[in-house]
Order: sequence, then C-alpha cells, then structure tokens
Amino acid sequence: MNKLGLQRTANKVRKGILTAVHAAKAGHPGGSLSAAEIFTYLYFEEMRLRPKEPTWEDRDRFVLSKGHTAPGLYAALAHRGYFPVEDLKTLRQIGSYLQGHPDMKHIPGVDMSSGSLGQGISAAVGMALAAKMDGKNYRVYTLLGDGEIQEGQVWEAAMFAGHRRLDQLVVIVDNNGLQIDGAVEDVCTPYPIDKKFEAFNFHVITVEDGNDFGQLREAFDEARGVKGEPVAIIAKTVKGKGVSFMEGAASWHGKAPNDEEYEAAMAELEKAGEALWQK
Amino acid sequence: MAEIRKIATREGFGKTLVELGREHKELVVLDADLAAATKTSVFQKEFPERHIDCGIAEANMAGIGAGLAASGKVPFISSFAMFAAGRAFEQIRNSIAYPHLNVKIGATHGGISVGEDGATHQCNEDFALMRSLPGMTVICPCDEVEACAAVRAAYEYEGPVYLRFGRLAVPVINDRPDYTFTLGKGIVMREGSDLTLIATGLCVNSALEAAEMLEKDGIQAQVINIHTLKPLDEELVVAAAQKTKKIVTVEEHSVIGGLGSAVCECLSEKCPVPVRRIGVKDVFGESGPAAGLLKKYRLDGTGVYEQVKEFWQ
Repeated sequence: MNKLGLQRTANKVRKGILTAVHAAKAGHPGGSLSAAEIFTYLYFEEMRLRPKEPTWEDRDRFVLSKGHTAPGLYAALAHRGYFPVEDLKTLRQIGSYLQGHPDMKHIPGVDMSSGSLGQGISAAVGMALAAKMDGKNYRVYTLLGDGEIQEGQVWEAAMFAGHRRLDQLVVIVDNNGLQIDGAVEDVCTPYPIDKKFEAFNFHVITVEDGNDFGQLREAFDEARGVKGEPVAIIAKTVKGKGVSFMEGAASWHGKAPNDEEYEAAMAELEKAGEALWQK
Repeated sequence: MAEIRKIATREGFGKTLVELGREHKELVVLDADLAAATKTSVFQKEFPERHIDCGIAEANMAGIGAGLAASGKVPFISSFAMFAAGRAFEQIRNSIAYPHLNVKIGATHGGISVGEDGATHQCNEDFALMRSLPGMTVICPCDEVEACAAVRAAYEYEGPVYLRFGRLAVPVINDRPDYTFTLGKGIVMREGSDLTLIATGLCVNSALEAAEMLEKDGIQAQVINIHTLKPLDEELVVAAAQKTKKIVTVEEHSVIGGLGSAVCECLSEKCPVPVRRIGVKDVFGESGPAAGLLKKYRLDGTGVYEQVKEFWQ
C-alpha cells in the first residue's frame, strides 16, 4: 500500500477508535490515536498475514504490550478484515468478544492476551524464541508504551532478547511522552530510551515522527535487514494525534469523549479524510 | 523390614522431564538460574538446545513460557515455589491462566522442609495462590513415584498446571505395581472407620505414620492422598465425610487457602462435618534442618498424631 493509501486507512482506524471508545463510554483514546500509524503500517504493509486464517502457523505475530490501546488494534484488525467494523461499537460491552484489553481466546487476529503492563514483551520474546528454535522465519512485533517501560519486566525481557540475539523480534516504543499522571519525564523518566535498549544489545532505530508513514517505512525496512540482534524502534508520536483537542493532553489517556466531543472529533477526522480522498 | 527408600520429589520431576523430552520434541524446559536445585539440569544435560535458562528473572520466564505455548511448544517453567507462584503470580495469572495457555509450572522447594534457607524461601502460600486462578490445575505429589506420574499426567493434559515438589528426600510409599495416577482423583491409602486424614505431599507419609499410632489407641483412621488439590476429588472427600463423620486435613502449607480450605469449602456445602486443619498456622517458617522443622511445626507423624488426638478429645 502506498503512503496515501496508508494515510487513508489510518484515518479510518482513527474513526474506529473514536467510535468504539465513545460507544463504550470508556477506554483509552490518547495512546490508541498516537499509535494509529503504527497499527496501520503493521497490519496493512509490514506483517505477513492471512486475515481469513488468523492462526496461520507461519504468520507474523503482534503482541500489544500496551494492551490498554486495544481500540487501536481492534480498529486495524476490523479494517483488515478479521471481524466486522460494525462490531467495534460493542467494545467493553457485556457479552462482547471485544474485551477492554486484548483477549486471544475470543478475538480473531489477537495473538496474545495482554493489558497488564510489562508482560506482553515477554510473550513476544517467547514467540521469537520459538521461531528461532523451529527455524521458522516469521517475525514478531510488540508495541510498548513509553510509560510502560517503567515496568522492570520489560528489561528482564530485553536482557533475554539481547542475550539470545532474537533478530526476528521488533520492539516498538510508542514514545508519546505522556502517561496517566503526566509527562513521563516528570513521573519517572524512562529517558534515554535509545541508550537503554542499546545497552541491552538491541539495534535501535529512532523515528523522529512516528505518525509519518515515510519515516515508519524507513525504520521497518531497516529493521528487516538487521541480523544477530533484536530491534527496538523508538517512535516519537503525538498522544491523541488527529483530534486537535486530544493532542498532547494526558487527560485523554483513559477517558471517552461525550457526545459533543465525539461529534467534534469525528467531524475533524471526516474533514481530514476527505482531504486525503481528494489527493 | 526392608529399609525404606528416600528420594525427593524434585528428582522425579527432573527424571521424567528427560523421559518426556525423548518422546516429545515440542517439550521445552525453562529455568531461572536454579537448574541444579530444581533438577531441570538433568534435562539440560541431555537436551541443551531445549533447556532455556532465563537468568534470575521469574516474571519474564513466565511470559516467555506463555509465548512459547502460544507458538505450539509445551514449556515447563521451573523455579522455587516461592518465586514461581509468588514472584511471578501476576504473570501466571494474566499471561498464562487467563488465556489458558499450555504452560506447566514445576515449582520445587515448596513448604518449610526447604529447611536451612528459612522463611524467605519457604513457600507456604502457593496452593492458595494457584488454587484461586480459574482453570489452573494444582498438583502436589507425595513421593518420587507419584511425582514422575504427575509430571507425565501434566504433560498429557492440555492447559496450565502448577506442580509443587519438595527439596527433602521423602520415603517412597507408592512403589507398588498397581499404583496409578489419575488427575483429579484422590487415593485411599489406608482404610479406617473412625475418622479420615486427608493429606497431600510429604504429609501423606506423616498421616500414615499417625494412623499407625492412632491404631494403637484403638482409633481406626482412614488416610486419603490428595495429589490433585484442584480440581479436588469432591466425590471422595464427601464419601469420606459420610463414612467417618470427622475429617483432618494435613499439609505442608498455610492452614489458610490450601488443602484444608479446599476440603472445608467442599464439605461446608455438601456434607458439613467437624474438620481440623493441620498445617502451618498463619506464621512464617524459620531456618533449621528440615526434619527438625517438620517436628517443630508438628507436621511429622508424631505431630500429626498429637494434633489428631487433641481433635479427637
């Protein structure tokens, strides 16, 4: 898919996020929106998948370690054809398969249950290890929050992945700079993130604008060529990206828009989408 | 009388992993820098490429186990009970039990019989923690024969299993041709009509010793070995309550949340009878030789006998 196609898809993913979170009256729009390009790039360009055969043995795997941004993952999966887009409105409802955090037992396309921060990366490391042991060439991607990497388990997993030279593993950090209680550097700074992963024997790629498909493509292409080391992509993004009143505001980490806010957000996204379709 | 062979259940764990490893190439073993103690080193020696030492990082080991299971492997993750069930509890809950992944947790050094290392390493809470997880199977074999059978049964079962083994060499009491291990089924070790001792792990032997002492006092004690704490063999427990009207549970675990609790949960609803829970009485352990600690905490044959007598009167 070319850049314009990806941008149009990301616009649809954003609308899916807003619609799901608004319908649920709960959820995490900020970090879902910041990673909308990452979700889109992974599911529409980077990963080898069969949406009609979600458990295909040789597929690339994705583990959403920052599991609270499930609306972003679900919107990408729905638009990729894993389940009906209409179902996004059932997010977090009693009886819905679209649980508040990813549930591999019930959601087609979800490779690992996650949501308790710091745990997804370990599962991804286990998958990459299995691939190496079996001589399979599938790749494993995992997305972490920049607040999430305050969890010690992340570094246990990173140490192991570096030690075992798991070069089929790509760790992506959605570096939107904000966590629930405020700016990450004010709460308990994770910086320098790049040097930390380097010290754990990762090949580190920094993406200055993680909401730009051109830069993401360069990063993921570079990652593919890395041998003998796992890769960490530190993607600088904007929390709440695409909805002006949510951008850069920690308050939109885990809050659903009310009806008025939802309409304003959707109008803004519609307008952005129309502009993309006129290109 | 022939001398009774003594061997630790962790030895059976290591030995059976090797046997299963020869039969099943998808079996992998993970450890957290305790391979010599947990006995996964035996597997490591024969299958170095399928033994993964994660270093001292139990939380990550649990997660890696989940990822391996999600990719078709059958991982046995191993550490001391304290660090497997304790340190990695939330990883086991969220990354293994919640998605019901096929990970086996081989936890050695359970209970106070860890001995000299003391309270920090003596896990008397693992049954309580693991039993509370939906879909988790919890097993505690009483001797080496049962340990070998339990590891095999855990492998054959599809889903998460917690296995608790001991450090201490304990008498082999199941070395007989007709011994069979069925997951979720208790075993009547001795018939009796006055009361029933329901025990698990090394306390099965203590219960058998206590039953012999009780017999000299004219008390006929039935002894049941519950190797599978979850799912509990409720049928057998209820039948024992109906038959003997009095129940004593015996375990090397806190009296809170373990076998005693499981039996009381069952009987309170299905057949209420007086129950005495023998175990570690809501205290931490301490350093000392294992045999001395079992005596001090009244979990050896004599200690169990005395506590049963107190209950009987």
